[in-house]
Amino acid sequence: MSEVATAVEFDHVPCPFCGLVCDDLQVVRTGAALKVTKNGCSLAVTGFERALPATSPQVGGRDVSVQEAVAEAARLIRKSSSPLYGGLSTDVAGMRAVMSLADRSRGTLDHAFSSAFGQNMKVLQSAGWITSTLTETRNRADVIVIVGSDVHALHPRFFERIVRADTTMFEETDKPLTVVFIGEGLDQSAASGPRVGKVVTLPCPLHSVDEVMGALLARMRGNKVSGDNVAGVPLAAIEGLAKTLSDAHYSVLVYTPAGLHTDDSDLTVHAICDVVRLLNKTTRSAGLSLGGDEGATTATSVCGWQSGFPTRVSFASGAPDYDPITNELPRKLAGNESDLLVWLASYSPDLAPPDTDVPTILLAPPAMTPPNAPAVFIPVGTPGLDHAGQLIRCDSVVSLHLRDLGRSKNPSVASVLTAIEAAL
Amino acid sequence: MLIKLTGGKVYDPANGIDGEIRDIYIEDGVIVAAPAEGRIDQEYPLHGRVVMAGAIDPHTHIGGGKMTIGRLMLPEDHRGDPVCRGHLTRAGCGHAVPSTLTAGYRYAEMGYTACFEPAMLPANARQAHMEMADTPMVDKGAFAMLGSDDFFLRQLAAKDDIEAIKDYVAWTLHATQAIAIKVVNPGGISAFKFNQRQLDLDEKHVHYGITPRDVLLTLSRAVKELGVTHPLHVHGCNLGVPGNVETTENTIIGMNGLPVHLTHIQFHSYGTEGDRKFSSGAARIAELINSHKNVSIDVGQVLFGQTCTASGDSMRQYGNTKSANPNKWVVMDIECDAGCGVVPMRYRDKSFVNALQWAIGLELFLLIDDPWRIFLTTDHPNGAPFTFYPHLIRLLMDKGFRNDMMQKINPDAANSSVLASLDREYSLYEVAIMTRAGPARSLGLKNRGHLGVGACGDITVYQDIADREAMFATPVFVFKNGELVVKGGRIVKVVQGATHVARPDFDRGIEKSLRRYFERYHTVGFDNFKLSDDEIITDGRGSLVIQPTAARA
Repeated sequence: MSEVATAVEFDHVPCPFCGLVCDDLQVVRTGAALKVTKNGCSLAVTGFERALPATSPQVGGRDVSVQEAVAEAARLIRKSSSPLYGGLSTDVAGMRAVMSLADRSRGTLDHAFSSAFGQNMKVLQSAGWITSTLTETRNRADVIVIVGSDVHALHPRFFERIVRADTTMFEETDKPLTVVFIGEGLDQSAASGPRVGKVVTLPCPLHSVDEVMGALLARMRGNKVSGDNVAGVPLAAIEGLAKTLSDAHYSVLVYTPAGLHTDDSDLTVHAICDVVRLLNKTTRSAGLSLGGDEGATTATSVCGWQSGFPTRVSFASGAPDYDPITNELPRKLAGNESDLLVWLASYSPDLAPPDTDVPTILLAPPAMTPPNAPAVFIPVGTPGLDHAGQLIRCDSVVSLHLRDLGRSKNPSVASVLTAIEAAL
Repeated sequence: MLIKLTGGKVYDPANGIDGEIRDIYIEDGVIVAAPAEGRIDQEYPLHGRVVMAGAIDPHTHIGGGKMTIGRLMLPEDHRGDPVCRGHLTRAGCGHAVPSTLTAGYRYAEMGYTACFEPAMLPANARQAHMEMADTPMVDKGAFAMLGSDDFFLRQLAAKDDIEAIKDYVAWTLHATQAIAIKVVNPGGISAFKFNQRQLDLDEKHVHYGITPRDVLLTLSRAVKELGVTHPLHVHGCNLGVPGNVETTENTIIGMNGLPVHLTHIQFHSYGTEGDRKFSSGAARIAELINSHKNVSIDVGQVLFGQTCTASGDSMRQYGNTKSANPNKWVVMDIECDAGCGVVPMRYRDKSFVNALQWAIGLELFLLIDDPWRIFLTTDHPNGAPFTFYPHLIRLLMDKGFRNDMMQKINPDAANSSVLASLDREYSLYEVAIMTRAGPARSLGLKNRGHLGVGACGDITVYQDIADREAMFATPVFVFKNGELVVKGGRIVKVVQGATHVARPDFDRGIEKSLRRYFERYHTVGFDNFKLSDDEIITDGRGSLVIQPTAARA
């Protein structure tokens, strides 16, 4: 009997392909093919509609059963003296499973995007911040400043959902929204619509955004800035921004850590947070860090509540040891400080493990083509497409329940890692 | 499997048992009557030992985003208390904001079998429950925060029918899997978003035109009329502000007899007398509480050392940032729902203010008569980490010890406190009320907090030694659902506790307005906002206990 694939429609689908985790998508599944039929951005369409090649688990390039692959992975982890758990692109359950396995095997954990997210962690651990969240910003902000990162390219629906929202809760009290871009070449095409009053650009090279932020801070503090421009931006424009911010009821300074182009970009984040702190002496203002793609916020949060620290934690001593420099995965690989890499990816097949001779256990979407043949490859499902899961949004407050859309039977990272740990 | 605990000295205030030698039988996790005949599978001789129900912490910040902010912000604090993987237990870290796993182990090792997270933002409920799911050993539950969320404030400003407000409150309990409702700085977290820096009891919210008094009266009535056992859990106005004793008095009187639980009242009992314009208001507060039977409290005792304050009260926490130690802090405005503030704090015994805070907490404990209406908390980690509880119990039970400690604090603070003149020493019976029977009754936990037939086998056994700190720090045995989980203060079995919830009836019609509200304003859809049972149960790791509620009035 031939099976005719019927179309199944899913509404209010959360999308796991960037840190915004928009949850208003409509997706239609026909057989194993998904199509985004409403509210899909380019990232969502790519993510949901990517063809899923049929792949088998492999050991040494040979097709094997999942059980055999799990057994071999367990054997490799058992004999490893210092396994590295990298990528960490997974959901809450996957993070719980890898935390348990790393603890058991005295391994080290590092997310693929720790370097970017780590800029925020440095600021959190040295000064802290005042921040807002997506819904709060959407309803309350009267000035939105995009600082040095191409938010529209990285989060294609941010402007549509947060900046240009049709209805806001306090519209009767709010002025039209002012949108400010600090940096040249940032995509401004979405900063339009009835709610947007004014768009201002401070055009400096993206690698000089920190200089402009420094000058802004200096002028806000009443300090002198020499010259009539900073990195090409007229001082008057910087002073104008200072006035716009101090006149605002609720300004929000938005950035994406991975999108900052400055050297030592934690200092740019510091400057953003300093501006916000200063403004709050008289009015209200908040920072909003986007990013959090590939489960980065989830990894940081779960690692945070289970170990006490962000990722770049090692369990080598038996207790969690957080060292964002020593425990950086590429550094450990380059320094031959590890004998096994366990790489977890479950959203994009492009999040390949680094090019290394260290034997690798790869849990990844079937379409991934790693730079080196892994010792063990287990194709895994994508949370929110192939199985249910939970994902924490970029603002570290809201988390979403991801749905099983029934695309494939590929197992979750959590179930594979749990089986590996059970086999140890 | 029939277990017999033989010959222990039993303190079970819910059943009026005050230190009687009794045997206790447990079968299939539940306390049963002495069997007429039949084999005892396992017997624990407990002669000379003290037996109580497992302890219950009714107010401890163990799960949710602000705790994880605190964790991520303070690596230096964790480094002082690393926790290695054990034979049965996972690695983690302790001290001010411990990792979830370590928190669960340490609570159990102290004889606690249930903990309640008192400030779960509905927008953050899913994560709060994830963190609690990763807190092993203890049962848990959470109080959903309302009162600065825009949906409720719009209802209040529009003078919506109380029935609609009740429906919303009940819906929130269901949607967030909560057991009670908490209000934090009523209306004030929202007012802070409009740049108001304080909101006293009768001060108007600039946008909504409502007052904290309106919020308190409406929510406490709603909670009562919904039949939820735990009264509205109130973190009042002006936390930490000298002179707030007056606000607290007005709050107590202003409730007009409606049931209310005033939490961490120590932080709300400050006067402005003396050279430093900071004085104890404990006597005034205690007198009012003694005469207002509708009010229960927990203390939020301050104990000295490094900790981290974490609260939904973004307005007052922003005010407290000037005392941050180390000097870093986080304040957040959250989702048109609430906010939070995370401010590390180092309470010093030589500081006049900190020492007086310590004394004020103890004065409250000793001046409030009825142990059924006062619960032992440090508002973990705000006043001190929960691991200080045994020390606090000794301060309450041992006047000599208390006086010794008083010698060490700032002398001006000691002199301006009546503490030295208070001779009261808590009895074991009173401690059992304050840490078991009272919280269980107040929270509406059926079959918890007592040792009568039908109670679940959550039982803690202590040595009866004069050093009450040592006694309560290291129980001899802890049983969870009848299973031995802690022996000699060490985990011998890792278990997963249940999540307690309350689910009062409501008219589903409210979902129509909520759905519209979410569609118009929110960044999460109405259906995705709600937390399903499956998410709590997560592959059988968790379980739900639906506690009874009374009929809706």
